[in-house]
Order: sequence, then structure tokens, then C-alpha cells
Amino acid sequence: MIRLILLVAQKDLLIERRSRVLLWQVAPFGLMTLVLCGLAVGPNASTQAKLAPGLFYIVMTLVALLVINRTSQLEASRGTATSVQILGIDPGAVFLGKGLAMFFQLSIVGTALLAGTTVLLHVPLHAAILTLPVLLLATATLSLAGVLYGRIAASSANAGTLLPALALPAFAPVLIAGERAFSSLIAVGPLARWVWLLGVALGAYACVGLLLYGALEES
Amino acid sequence: MVVASLCDVVVTTGNFPLLSGVDLTLEGSTTYVITGPNGAGKTSLLRLLAGLEVPSRGSGTVLGFDICSAERRELRRHVGWLGHETSFYPDLSPTENLLFAARTTGADVDSIYSALDRVGLTHRAKVPLKSLSAGQQRRVSIAWFLVRRPQLWLMDEPFASLDDEGRVLISELIVAAQTGGATVVLTSHGALPAETLATSIVMVGGRIAEVAS
Repeated sequence: MIRLILLVAQKDLLIERRSRVLLWQVAPFGLMTLVLCGLAVGPNASTQAKLAPGLFYIVMTLVALLVINRTSQLEASRGTATSVQILGIDPGAVFLGKGLAMFFQLSIVGTALLAGTTVLLHVPLHAAILTLPVLLLATATLSLAGVLYGRIAASSANAGTLLPALALPAFAPVLIAGERAFSSLIAVGPLARWVWLLGVALGAYACVGLLLYGALEES
Repeated sequence: MVVASLCDVVVTTGNFPLLSGVDLTLEGSTTYVITGPNGAGKTSLLRLLAGLEVPSRGSGTVLGFDICSAERRELRRHVGWLGHETSFYPDLSPTENLLFAARTTGADVDSIYSALDRVGLTHRAKVPLKSLSAGQQRRVSIAWFLVRRPQLWLMDEPFASLDDEGRVLISELIVAAQTGGATVVLTSHGALPAETLATSIVMVGGRIAEVAS
């Protein structure tokens, strides 16, 4: 199972390395959105720092939607989908493997966006560094939820527009918990409960994905 | 030896029937060619035999696997599939695609290179699949047959997009597969090469109208 997960993740990352969508499209989109957020908030540094966690996680969510859409489209064509079905790969391994690849991609973009947020929105450096583990936890949750909802949307002819409508409500707990945890690190506040919420969401999406991904593939 | 047995199988999409009460028995070491007009159900029958379609009525087994149950997923690992569309991942090279397929299924990785050589793609083995012509992309799928050596070969219009050399290659492989004990089922609109002796299955309106040796 672990070998299959790694093979699926390696394949998705190899395709990403070839196409460079993350580098030339997703990352610039995220950084431009972050700059626009900074401009929209205005020049006051304390206001920017106060709003930075929320703005950062909104940008992360938008970036995640792009990556999810891209990843779920890899097997969208009928020929590719059939070829992969014929291989008969364990659906649990496909779910976790694609989640792992997405986590790797989102972690890279997320770290770059966090650095951008620190510079552009005047976030204290110590808060940005301390929030990194929380960001990775939130990214892992977004990745597993993204693979699941990407698969659901992929079965529709309008996957690109259906995905945000389906996924954004599911991302809300991750966005809220990530933002609250980040804010708690900037202005001291309760952190554990938000980390716990992210952990529960990660576990829930892992269980649901392992149970349902095979059925979603068949549908 | 019976390879596949279908009894009154119905396959629908929405309310539209793709297959309407198909009864069919396929024997081992035999080549079958399915003919019929557009929309007759040729591709749907191939997909059913591959475990890619779920019957809404009837029963059947293919290679000993029940096609009406979750055994369909296991069945797929034992069939070879050549479809109309580009298969595998367009951004990966033929070698990378076949390596992924072989590693995930436990097939012989070393045989990939000889398979690519056999289908005449050694010189294009490392370029992205999307850079290859339609015929070359079909050859990659054929190379996978050689690596996997399935018991049941399912080929949808295998001669489409191929040049004369490619058609000869496919014909040779079909004959070799049949000689080696595999069962080959293919669809075709045109006449088959003379060396490809096949049992003919004629389909009309989602039903089997005639089976003739």
C-alpha cells in the first residue's frame, strides 16, 4: 500500500514538474492575489498585520482550488481514465497518493505565500515561523479534502465551476481554524483548540476518502 | 475453455440502453471480431468484458470474475485494453507511462524496453506522449499488452490511425496472442487482414444478431 501511494504521488509530481503549472501559473496567481489584498487593506501596518491571517488563508484556499482542479483533471480524459481503471490500482492508495502529491505542492506554495504575507502585510517573523507547522497541518487537510471533492467534481462536465461550489463549504473549518491559530500566534490567544480542530478534520477526511474514493471512481 | 459467459446482460446509461439482453460465450485461444453499425453497442460490449461497465440486469463471468460484483476491479488487472482515445498520461513519456503501469501492477519492468522496441518506439521512448502521433500513441498501448501479457485482449478499432507497418504489427501480435492461448476480442468497421482468422459477432441495436465462425 505504501509503495503504491508513493508511486501515485511520484507520478503526479512528475507530471507537475513537466507542465510547471505550479511554478508559472499557480504561484504567481497566489502572490498577485496577496499583493491585491495588501492594496485593498490600505497602508496601515497594524491593520495589515491584524487582517493578515484571514487574508493569507483566503489566498491559500483559492490557490488550493487551482491545484485541486489541476490534479483532478490529470485523469479526466476518457482515455486516461480508462487506462488507469484497467490498472486496477487500490483506490485507497490512489486517494492518499494524490493527496500526498497535492500536499507537497501546496506546502511549497503555502510557504512562499507565508513569506510573502510576512513581508507585504507586516506579520511578525516569529509568528510566521511558529505558524508553519499549523500551515502544514491545514495544507494536509485541504489536500485530502481537495482530492475527495476534486473526484466528485471531475465526474461533472462542468468540473471547473462545480469544484468551488462543492469544496468551499468543506474548506470553511480549515480556513477558520488556520486563521484563528495564526491570529493566536500574532496576538497571544488559545491555539490548541484550533490545532485540534484541524487534526480532527484531517482524520475525518482521511477516513471518508478511504471509504468513498473507490465508489467515486466507479461512478 | 470458456473465457467469458454473459447471460441476458443489459447495460444502460440513464434510461438509454447500451446493451439489451446480450447472451454470449467466448472460448479461449480464439479471436473474435465484433462488427455492426455505429451505436450497435460494440464498444459497450468491450467495456463490459473489461469490467468497466456495470450490468443493470443479467449475469456473467469474465476470466472467472463476476462482472456484476466488486470482482470487476480485479478482472481489469487481467485484461488488456486498447481504446479509441489517447491512453495513459499525455505529459509523461512512453517509458514513464509504462514504468508507472508496470510498477503499480507488479508487471515485469525490464520487459518495457523490449516491448517499446517491438512496437517501433525506441527512438520516441523519452518524449511526452502528447508529442506523438495518434498512431504512435496507440503503439504505446500495444506495448503495454506485450508487457502485461493479458489473458483477454480487448481492442476497439485497433487498426485505426495506424500505417501499413502498424497494421501488420497488430495482425502479427493478434495471431501470436491467440497462438499463445489468449483470447482476442476486437471491433472493426473494415475487413481484417487475411491472416487474422476470427469468429464474427454481428451486433445491431445493442443485441447480438449473429455469431459465425
